[in-house]
Amino acid sequence: MADETLDVKGLSCPRPLVETQKKLRKMEVGKTLEIIGDHGPSKTEIPNAMKSLGQEILSVTEEGKVWHIIIKKTN
Amino acid sequence: MAHNNQEDKLSTKAPKLTMVLFSGDLDKTLAAFIIATGAAASGWSVYIFFTFWGFTVLRDPNKKSKTSKDMMGKMFSSMLPKSAAGQKLSKMNMLGLGTSMMKRRMSTKNVQSVQAFIKDAKELGVHFLACDLSMELLGINADELIDEVDKVCGVGTFLEESKDADVSLFI
Repeated sequence: MADETLDVKGLSCPRPLVETQKKLRKMEVGKTLEIIGDHGPSKTEIPNAMKSLGQEILSVTEEGKVWHIIIKKTN
Repeated sequence: MAHNNQEDKLSTKAPKLTMVLFSGDLDKTLAAFIIATGAAASGWSVYIFFTFWGFTVLRDPNKKSKTSKDMMGKMFSSMLPKSAAGQKLSKMNMLGLGTSMMKRRMSTKNVQSVQAFIKDAKELGVHFLACDLSMELLGINADELIDEVDKVCGVGTFLEESKDADVSLFI
């Protein structure tokens, strides 16, 4: 279980990414965040953006249309 | 200036986007803010220079200028949209019908308004530069602008910020 969860189901480009970063900015370093969404491109775009921000991607899973991304805030 | 911790930490390697928003059309403004917020959420440093028709996005409908305007200035400013809410589609406006249909569709498809994008952009550290010439030509005063504006400046500031930009767009 991640420390925090963020549901972005139903949101379209670029909001899953924008909401992820807004949430992450308010979290403490070392905490984990699980993002749950169904916007297709965000499944790869969120991990890519978070990697370039230096965050750690713990897992990316998918059940049907819904994906789960778990990130650890490292900076 | 808005303070962006993420940006400070990554200042040596953060990619940079500068943008001129010239258009005041709803569709183009949305495109500009989607790119800007997407970039900012990915750690980019982002500057938007609002000029001409695009300048109207920066008007705050609840603020009334205390500074006087000349006659043409009054005329222009009263004919221009009072805020981002008054924007129209660049195509298929159909006397406003197309725009209101698109706005309804945006809300059913969970696409937020330009005003909501402005708030998100600011929260993620996007810099808002307001063109001072547009302000003069359009008869809009600095005390009528939304609080998100970082500074009123000339093209020199845009060029200075664009010197080391990785991507520069004109919309």
